[in-house]
Amino acid sequence: MRRRQFLGGLIAGPWVASAAGETLVIRNAKILTVTRGSFDGAILIRDGKIVEAGPTVNTPAAARIIDAAGQFVMPGIIDCHSHIGTEAVNEGSVSVSSMTGIEDTVNPEDIGIYRALAGGVTTANILHGSANAIGGKNVVIKMRWGKNAAEILLAGAAPGIKFALGENPKRRGGGLGAQLRYPATRMGVEDVIRDAFSEAKAYKAAWDDYNLGAARGERRIPPRRDLRLEPLVEVLEGKRFVHAHCYRADEILMLLRVADDFGFKVRTLQHVLEGYKVAKEIKEHGAGASTFSDWWSYKMEAFDAIPYNAALMHRRGVLVSLNSDSSELMRHLNQEAAKTVRYGGLSDEEALALITINPAKQLAIDDRVGSIEPGKDADLVIYDKHPLSNYAKVQRVFIDGQLYFDRDQDMSERAGKAERRKTLHEKQKPVPARRPQ
Amino acid sequence: MKRRQLLLAAASAAAFGQSGSPDYFAIVNAAIHPVSGPAVGSGTLLVRNGLIEAVGANLPVPAGAWTIEGKGLHVYPGLIDALSHWGLPAARPSAAGGAGRRRTPDDGPANVQFPEEGGPEERPSNTSWLKASELVQPNDANLIAARNAGYATAVVFPSAGIFAGQGTALNLGGGRVGDMVVGGPAGLYLTMAAVRSSGAGFPGSLMGSFAYIRQIYLDARHYKLAKAMYAENPRGLPRPSYDRALEGVLEAPRILLPANRRVEMERMIHFAQELKVPYLLYGGVESWRSAGILKAANAPLLVSLRWPQRDREADPEAVDSLRTLETRELAPSGPSALEKAGVPFAFYSGGIERPADIRKAVRRAVDAGLSNEGALRAMTLHAARMYGLHDRLGSLEAGKIANLFVTDGDWLAEKTAVKMVFIDGRKWEPSAGRPE
Repeated sequence: MRRRQFLGGLIAGPWVASAAGETLVIRNAKILTVTRGSFDGAILIRDGKIVEAGPTVNTPAAARIIDAAGQFVMPGIIDCHSHIGTEAVNEGSVSVSSMTGIEDTVNPEDIGIYRALAGGVTTANILHGSANAIGGKNVVIKMRWGKNAAEILLAGAAPGIKFALGENPKRRGGGLGAQLRYPATRMGVEDVIRDAFSEAKAYKAAWDDYNLGAARGERRIPPRRDLRLEPLVEVLEGKRFVHAHCYRADEILMLLRVADDFGFKVRTLQHVLEGYKVAKEIKEHGAGASTFSDWWSYKMEAFDAIPYNAALMHRRGVLVSLNSDSSELMRHLNQEAAKTVRYGGLSDEEALALITINPAKQLAIDDRVGSIEPGKDADLVIYDKHPLSNYAKVQRVFIDGQLYFDRDQDMSERAGKAERRKTLHEKQKPVPARRPQ
Repeated sequence: MKRRQLLLAAASAAAFGQSGSPDYFAIVNAAIHPVSGPAVGSGTLLVRNGLIEAVGANLPVPAGAWTIEGKGLHVYPGLIDALSHWGLPAARPSAAGGAGRRRTPDDGPANVQFPEEGGPEERPSNTSWLKASELVQPNDANLIAARNAGYATAVVFPSAGIFAGQGTALNLGGGRVGDMVVGGPAGLYLTMAAVRSSGAGFPGSLMGSFAYIRQIYLDARHYKLAKAMYAENPRGLPRPSYDRALEGVLEAPRILLPANRRVEMERMIHFAQELKVPYLLYGGVESWRSAGILKAANAPLLVSLRWPQRDREADPEAVDSLRTLETRELAPSGPSALEKAGVPFAFYSGGIERPADIRKAVRRAVDAGLSNEGALRAMTLHAARMYGLHDRLGSLEAGKIANLFVTDGDWLAEKTAVKMVFIDGRKWEPSAGRPE
């Protein structure tokens, strides 16, 4: 059966615009806070923030009530690896494309955002692709469908950059007719990364030297600013997170060694399918791991994957999340989490943490999102059944206390949109050219 | 041809300009549409030595001025194509142009040859030093066809590459290019085309193009600083290398940035503000839903008259997305939305070559709610204003350049014919009886 795709509004905005100061109470719900247990109760929301969550909450007279009888509420899902909402993914022409950034090409009208929302995702880490050893800069977005590009960015999220190891960056790119591109081996990938960081150190030294001279009153032309090296200097200074695409144990250890040599930390290892083999080393470095539940064998370097990967790394004390890297998989990350209960025996709460509070911690946004706690953003998903059930369907999604997805509303608008589409299609058909009699 | 009321008084050859029109003349009894002010039902427009001397209802015709009877005729400022590639030579494929590159709708016609690149300062896809004024072919057939349709001026730009080159406003009087140029450099035309396929050179993506442009501006400012410091006192300083690609970037008074969809408008406004460069957006397909963000930034927009339409070759059974269908349906209502919101905009030909098609395209915008006057302004005074040329072009006012066109009816009506076009005061008559 073909997966049904939600259509989304053409110029949709949030269906319920919450006025400043609006108070909302979701009640009679089964609440899965992820960090503070689960209970039957209610959530009080004011100004887009969770004020209270418990078996009973203070309900002001003016509050708008949402009755969620028999339904489940969980924190909005966070996807630590996605490429939706951008009009470019790879700058594959060079092996170091750190001068590029997703922020320049964010597309808030990508239908993928609406569909992710319909799958319960409220926040995602939008990464550059894996075409090169050092890729471009990321952004973290909220699925605020209908808002402008600047408005979907999660303000305050730590800046990051994509790295990639293994087969993708050593491919020579471009296909027929394309020029060969260094590197062509895993050795070369390591060399490219070391070389780039050596350059970055020299660049920083040149600026430090210039600033020293300028402070002494020397008359010198300042160094040229280099947008390729500046993000790498930020990595060396601990101001920018490294999110590294990787598969094999050997390349994971290589990157951790390179990072130790240059004195920076790898924030997350992405995909990390053989992470279970080197979980101790990952834990020692302090890197997080963001993996798939059971997606593998699509290429040589992905053959040694096992469905126990997430659970095994988790048991070793690694901070683990599950990601999608796909606009389709993104719509059922709850089911991906459920697989770790079957493979590895994680508890319901541990499984849900893999797609909520853990990715929030990896992205250092856990003060804002990732669990149902007072003071956090009211990013909430209402399911009709327990979200770890295959039968659960997303009913409503709130971001910052505003309703951005409502299944009933979507369903009720479909007929009208189909009709409009048919009308316009007929109207725009080219008039057949008249033939001479 | 109906009532052709053109009474030139007996003439001596000496009083006529090169093309056979007099240097000092008055159009009398015509409906005059100055654009800068209210229309005059029946008035006189006086031209001397290529400039408008006076416009008004009851002007006496001075002794020595020739008279052109304008009864039943309408006089408008000469039309301006606010972003044009007319008159530029066709592109020749070259290595620097990006072999195998796909053309995008933002490209405009392919019409500029890339000189050979090379040297240590190679900056791919940057030919900011190219000047339209040095490339234009003054008697190009497109320029003549445009003139016959009422166009007196085109702001012409090279269009290949990311930094394509410098534009120039040209009066379409033909002859020597030096006599056609109006004003200084009009601006630098940018495209966001990723010029090289993946793996074959930077930039190879939209993301890469943004990073590349940003670095070029940093480099240009660094170059400017280094040159200034060196000029002030060269002793002890490394000599900055001459870089023509950065010279062109620094010389441009403004940049033109492509922005068709709303997301592109938001993006480009943000980008131009970051670069701290005066800018014009061009494209505007989704201006019907973008007036708010344009107004908030007071962003000037050049709207292409080539409205999106279904490809004639498309599978008749294939149904496009609702978003695509709505865009085609509503794109011509954009100018009306801009007019209501008070967003500065001007029209450009957008690659349409037949003048009849341009008029048809303008009528679609008017049918969708744009005022007739608003449409005329978008092709005259507002177009001039985009380039700071409204002090000399774009309206019928004393002292301005005598660019005008004369019709036998409302300029937009289907059956109206252009009877005369004056450029720098010189008269051109569209060849009678020839289809456009």
